Amino acid sequence: MTEVLAAAGLRVTLGGATILHDVDLTVSDGEVVGLLGANGSGKSTLVRALVGVVPAERGTVRLLGEPLGRRTPWDRIGYVPQRVAVASGVPATAREVVVSGMLHGRRLVPPRHAGRRAAEALELVGLGHLAHRACQELSGGQQQRVLIARALVRRPDLLLLDEPVAGVDLPSQEAFARALADLRTSGTTVVVVLHELGALAPLVRRAVVLRHGSVVHDGAPPAPAPGHAAPSHDHVHPHGGEDASPPDALGLSTVGWSS
Amino acid sequence: MTVWDELVGMLTDPFMQRALVVAALVGLTAPVIGTYLVQRRLSLLGDGIGHVALTGVALGWLVGNTLELTRQDALALPGAVLAAILGAVAIEVVRSRGRTSGDVALALLFYGGIAGGVLIIGQAGGTSANLVGYLFGSISTVSSGDVWLTVALSALVLVVGVGLRTALFAVSQDEEFARASGLPVRVLNLLIAVVAALTVTVAMRVVGLLLVSALMIVPVAVAQLVASSFARTMAVAMTVGVVVTVCGLSITYWEDAAPGAMIVVLAIGLYALTALLRPLLRRRRTPLRDPHPQLDDDVQITAARTA
Repeated sequence: MTEVLAAAGLRVTLGGATILHDVDLTVSDGEVVGLLGANGSGKSTLVRALVGVVPAERGTVRLLGEPLGRRTPWDRIGYVPQRVAVASGVPATAREVVVSGMLHGRRLVPPRHAGRRAAEALELVGLGHLAHRACQELSGGQQQRVLIARALVRRPDLLLLDEPVAGVDLPSQEAFARALADLRTSGTTVVVVLHELGALAPLVRRAVVLRHGSVVHDGAPPAPAPGHAAPSHDHVHPHGGEDASPPDALGLSTVGWSS
Repeated sequence: MTVWDELVGMLTDPFMQRALVVAALVGLTAPVIGTYLVQRRLSLLGDGIGHVALTGVALGWLVGNTLELTRQDALALPGAVLAAILGAVAIEVVRSRGRTSGDVALALLFYGGIAGGVLIIGQAGGTSANLVGYLFGSISTVSSGDVWLTVALSALVLVVGVGLRTALFAVSQDEEFARASGLPVRVLNLLIAVVAALTVTVAMRVVGLLLVSALMIVPVAVAQLVASSFARTMAVAMTVGVVVTVCGLSITYWEDAAPGAMIVVLAIGLYALTALLRPLLRRRRTPLRDPHPQLDDDVQITAARTA
């Protein structure tokens, strides 16, 4: 088992507030790790510090055996940021966004086969038929899948995802879970920030839980807090539907909201 | 004289030949960098740089006067290039440090650039009338040296803007992802700023510093209406840029009008026309496509209403 990701004593301070308090995290080859925690617990900041988007005040990060910086093998690392508006001022097709994922620190011009690779990556997330559609015309879940394809186009050995299923429609979630299962089979190491395990529960074997910027749990995925099963709980993504309740008087029924 | 004779007359006029070459090159290159500026929501950056370049022009005059050069304006263009690059880099540095103060920095450059230019040109023994040629363009006085300078700068803009298209697209589209890919984000951002500054000074002769931004932005606005990809937007914008600069300049060969203003009015007219015709263009291209993605409902409906 080789260490794919190793963070030691990682401290991040943003705007005068310490977001991460000396976090240690080691991920071995082929693991699928879920980073869990309440909103504001620092899980997104941790992932962003791991890929060098936010600077670390203290501590070290090693990715695939190399320290974060010029020598990092960026072509073997895929990162999916929390969904921002893919749509910018100028229209861009899904394929163009995915092709931009072929670039990294040592490659500023896409290779010849970039178009083919982009088509394959889009196929992987089930968007092959929408490659030439402008991103603005896609639904939120489809835009999120475009961002995942942009990370997959490099065929990464280490994949880091920040809330890939938050606010995503159920078919997109299932497509994502299938893609993730394939990746795990092929030996990709995955670190995924999640609000709840949801559709990914069968895949995530190890969970790291953050609270107030420190790791409070590292091991088997914990059971959800009691309030999370209640219908009044504010979900950011739909549940996987197994047991549909019988239709009510209005002829409508909610799927998967067990009460 | 027939229309043909008139056209031949225009094309054989050496002043007009030089002017047409410069105008076409500017029309081709300005929208390239404009595409990135629109994507970054920095449409007014070109304007800010243009205002700063005015101070550079005046400083060029002042230095030329001090050195007692025979041509007072010999150093105006180098001064503009230098000031524009410094201004563009300053805006980029402010933008990357903190987003909130970006437009305030832009405003400071706008007013500081104009005021500085007028004050310094006075010190240089000129009047603000000397600045008008730079503010509104003076394409009829283009020398063959200017043509070669324009060719060289245009080539540079095209090599960077088109050659590094994917990298510049990546950094403009999602800076966080670019940083997490190890791309040299700061270098690429500065490259866009410097190339924008060079474009402004190249376009200065054609449309003038006050209207330079229009030539970078308006063709992109037209292209956005009809294109659905980034590459197509850039290509259409470049075509629109060449068409309006060449047509606008040609009109002023017969009609006594300011070429820069004519070009910009043409471009905006084209935008209005495209916006009006767009519903017709769109409908023909995509016949009755359901805009809703084909997804399963989140709720089960047993008796759907048919009416």
